[in-house]
Amino acid sequence: MSTKMVEGKTIISARINGQTSDFIAEPRDSLLDVLRENLQLTGAKEGCNNGNCGACNVIMDGRLVNSCCVLAVEANNTEITTIEGVGSPDDLHPIQESFLENAALQCGICTPGFIVSTKALLEENPNPTEHEIRYWLAGNLCRCTGYDKIVRAVQDAATRMQEGSK
Amino acid sequence: MAVDEIVTKSGDFKVIGKRPIRHDGADKVTGRATYGSDISLQGMLYGRVLRSPHAHADIKSIDTTDAEAYPGVHAVITSKDYPNVESKLVEGGEAGSQDLSYMSANKMARGKVLYHGHPVAAVAAETRDAAEEATRLIKVEYEVLEPILSARRGREKSSPLLHDTLYTDTEGEKDTEPSNVAEHRIYGTGDIEKGFAEADVIVENEYDTATVHQGYIEPHNATALWREDGSLDIWCSSQGHFWMRNETAKILQHPVSKIKVTPMEIGGGFGGKTLTYLETPAALLSKKSGRPVKMWMDRTEVLQSTGPTPGSWIKVKVGATNDGKITAAQVEISIEAGGFPGGPLHPCCLTSLAPYNLENAQVDGYDVVVNKPKSAAYRAPGATMSEFAVETTMDELAEKIGMDSLEFHMLNASKEGDWRVDGPRFLRVGNIECIEAIKSSDHWTTPLQAATEPNKVRGRGMASGFWGNATLTSSARGRVNEDGSVTLVEGSCDIGGSRTSIAMQMAETLGISEQDIVPIVGDTDDAGYTAVTGGSRTTAVTGLAAYNAANEIMAKMSTGLAEVWEVKSDDVTSQNGRFSCNGHDLSFKEAAALLHDNDIQVTGQSTVTPKTPAGAFSCQAADIELDLETGKVEILRYTIAQDAGTAIYPPYVEGQMQGGVAQGIGWALNEEYWYDDEGHLRNSSLLDYRMPTALDLPMIDTIIVEVPNPDHPYGVRGVGEVCIVPPPAAIANAIHNAVGVRMHELPMSPPKVTAALATAGKLQT
Repeated sequence: MSTKMVEGKTIISARINGQTSDFIAEPRDSLLDVLRENLQLTGAKEGCNNGNCGACNVIMDGRLVNSCCVLAVEANNTEITTIEGVGSPDDLHPIQESFLENAALQCGICTPGFIVSTKALLEENPNPTEHEIRYWLAGNLCRCTGYDKIVRAVQDAATRMQEGSK
Repeated sequence: MAVDEIVTKSGDFKVIGKRPIRHDGADKVTGRATYGSDISLQGMLYGRVLRSPHAHADIKSIDTTDAEAYPGVHAVITSKDYPNVESKLVEGGEAGSQDLSYMSANKMARGKVLYHGHPVAAVAAETRDAAEEATRLIKVEYEVLEPILSARRGREKSSPLLHDTLYTDTEGEKDTEPSNVAEHRIYGTGDIEKGFAEADVIVENEYDTATVHQGYIEPHNATALWREDGSLDIWCSSQGHFWMRNETAKILQHPVSKIKVTPMEIGGGFGGKTLTYLETPAALLSKKSGRPVKMWMDRTEVLQSTGPTPGSWIKVKVGATNDGKITAAQVEISIEAGGFPGGPLHPCCLTSLAPYNLENAQVDGYDVVVNKPKSAAYRAPGATMSEFAVETTMDELAEKIGMDSLEFHMLNASKEGDWRVDGPRFLRVGNIECIEAIKSSDHWTTPLQAATEPNKVRGRGMASGFWGNATLTSSARGRVNEDGSVTLVEGSCDIGGSRTSIAMQMAETLGISEQDIVPIVGDTDDAGYTAVTGGSRTTAVTGLAAYNAANEIMAKMSTGLAEVWEVKSDDVTSQNGRFSCNGHDLSFKEAAALLHDNDIQVTGQSTVTPKTPAGAFSCQAADIELDLETGKVEILRYTIAQDAGTAIYPPYVEGQMQGGVAQGIGWALNEEYWYDDEGHLRNSSLLDYRMPTALDLPMIDTIIVEVPNPDHPYGVRGVGEVCIVPPPAAIANAIHNAVGVRMHELPMSPPKVTAALATAGKLQT
C-alpha cells in the first residue's frame, strides 16, 4: 500500500502494540521521533540517536530494530511492539518480572531497550547460552550494572518462559 | 563459579539485608517511568545550542539576525542575555568552591571559547529541527588561538594563557604572574628525604591517563517555564535538584524562592549530573519567548561539552626496605581541570596513598586548565587515576623486593588511627578486611590456568583503592496514613534503588514492611533541603534522616495512643511494630487507624548533616588473557571485595560494585577522548567512544565486606564509588603478571599494549 502525502508530510498507518495508529510524519522523522513526540510512547529512549546504544529498540515485523535508525515513513503498514506493548505494571511479562527480581536495572534508562531486545532474543532462541545472551545484547549499552545481573535475568526469564509454555 | 557473598559484622535485622522488589521497579521495566526528556507541556518549544567549532578562540562577533528571522523561531540567546556576575567563590558541585563568573561563562561563552563544544548561543523554536536549522544561521566570527590539550603542556610556562586573570594559588598564596596552573596543593607527613635514605629499594615511574567520560545513557535535558511573575519551574534529570536550583539562581541572579526544580527520573549520572548545563539556557529562552522550552542534548554534545573526568600526568616514587616495609612515598599529580579551574584535585591527592600506613609521604597536586570541557565529578573523582599510578608502582616495588603483592599490601595496610596524608586519622575502616576477603576468595585460591593458544598469555593482578565518601545534608519526612502505610518524602534523586534503601531503613526503625512505605522524591518546594546523590552518601545520610524521622513518628504515635488510652506516654511501649500498654496491644496499622479516628495525625521529619564521613576501601582481583599479536586484553575473571559498612539492600550494593568495576574496566582498556592537534574531539559518538558491552565482560563476583560505620545507626558507609578505583591498576598488574611488561598509560588499548610489547621485544607477529 502506498503512503499518502500532505504538504510534504506523510500519513503513516501502523499497528503499534496491537492497535492501529495513524500519524503524520516528516520525511526526516525517525520512528523514535514519532513514537516519543507524536504518539507519546516515551518508553523507547534516545541515548545516542545513531544506533549504538539500543535504548530505543523496538520490534518491527518480528525484527529487532533501533527505532532511531528507522525512518518513520518506513513504518507504514508494519506491526510494531514497543516496551509499552510488552507488559503493564499490573500484568508484567516474565522478562519484566525477572529483571525486577534479579535487580537487573539501576537507573532504568536502558531497561526498556534491554527488555525489548531480550524478548526478540528469546523468541528466536528460547534457551540461549551465556555467550549467546552477551552476543545478542552487545547492541544494548548499560552503564550502571556491568551486565552481570542483566545476563542472569535473561537466563532466569528463559527458564520462566520455557516452564510457562510447558 | 560465580560468587556473591557477604562477610558481615553487622547485626540482625528484619528488613535491612533483604532483597525486596524496588518501589519504582514496575514503572521502570514497563517504560512508564518519566525521565527528563519524556515531559511534554502545552505550547512547548524546543531549544538547541550552537556550540564552538574551535577548542580555543576569541569571539569577535555574533550575529543572530538570520536565526531570529527563521520560521518557527521564538527566541535566540547569547551570553548577553546572561546577567553579569561577579568573580567570587561560590559552592560549586563536588569539586568544591568555584568562581561564579567561570560557572556562568561555562554555560554560555563570554568573549572566548575554551573547548570544542562550548555553548555560544541557543535558539527556541516550534520544532527541534527548526531550532537546529536556526542555530546554523547564527554568524560567529572567531579568532582561533593555540589550544592546550594536556596538563603537561599547560604546566609549561610558555603555554598560551586560557584566562588572563588566573593566578596559581599555592595553599592560599596567589602568584603575581597569570598561569594555566590554577592551584598547587601540598600534602605531607614525616620526612621523605629521610624515608628514601632508609629504603633498600626505590621505584620511580611516570603515568599518563586519558580523559574519559561518565557515559550515562541518558543525555542531559532540561525543560523550563518562566512565568510573567518571575516564578521559574525547571524539570530536569539531575543528581540533586536543590543544587540545580541554587546554581541556576546564582548564574541568573534570580531568587531561589522563585525557582522550583522538579526532579525527573534520572538515567545515570556518576557525578556528571551534579552541575547545570541546559537549565539556564532553557530558562532564558522561556523568559524571552514566554513559552515552556524543552532541551536535550544529542550524544555528540554530551561527549563534547559535559563531564568528563580529567586526563592526568602522575609521577610516583616509593621506597621500601628489603623486608617489605614502605619507608617513603612521593606523588606529584597534574590533572586537566578543563576550560575552567576546578578538577577533582583534592580527592585525587588524598586517595592516592590512602591504602598505606606511611610515616613519610608527600603529595603535590596541580590543577591545570586546558582546552577541554570543564571536568565534572566521575565516581570517586580523581581516585582511579592516582590509584592506577600508585598501585602499579607498589606492585613493581613488591616484585623487586620479591614479595607477594597481596602480602605487601597487608604488611603496609592503613587501619583505624593511622594518619592520612591529607591530615585526619582514619576512623574504623575495612582496608585489611577487604584484602583478607580477596586472599581467602575462591578466585585467589584457585590457580590460574595457562592459556591454550600459543599467541596468548594469562596473568593475575590485584589492587586496592580508597574513597572518603561524603556526608553533606539530607532530609526526610514521613507521614503516617490511616491505612498504616507511611508516605516518605525525601530529597535524594534516585539513580539506582535509593528510594528502597532509604525506605528499608525507615521500615526497620518503624518495625513494618518496606512495602508499607511509599517513598517519593519531592521537588525543591516540597522536600527538605538535600544535597546531591553523590559521594556515596545517599543511603547513609538520607537513610539517617529517614531513621530520625521514623523515631519521631514512633514517639508521636506513642504519645497519641497514650492520649487515646488515657495513660502516660512513657507507659506505652513500642517494639517490633506493635504498641502496647495495660492490656492494649495494637499493630502499627491498627494504631495508625485508631489515631486517625481520634483526629491525631502523625508526621516525623529530620534534616541531618553528619560531620564525619566513613571512608570505604575495596580490594579487587583480575585474571586476564593477553593476545601477544593484537595487544587485546580480555577479562577472564574478576572479583571485588568492598566494605559497605552494612549492606541495606544487597542486590543493589552488588549492582553498584559490579557497575563500578565495569566502568573501571572500560577506563582501563578502551575509553579515551581523542583530540586532534587543533583540539577537535574526534570520537564523540558511542561507536567511537567505546564503553564495555555485555560481550566484553565476564560475570563480576562480589564479596560485600561489612565493617559497620560506628557513626551510623545501621552501620552504613556508602557503596557507590570506591568500586571504580582499583580496576585499571589490578588489570595493569595482571598484564605484568602475564608478560612481564609494565603499563604506564591509560587506556591499555591494543595500540598502547602492542607498543609496550614491542619495546620489550615481546610482540608476536
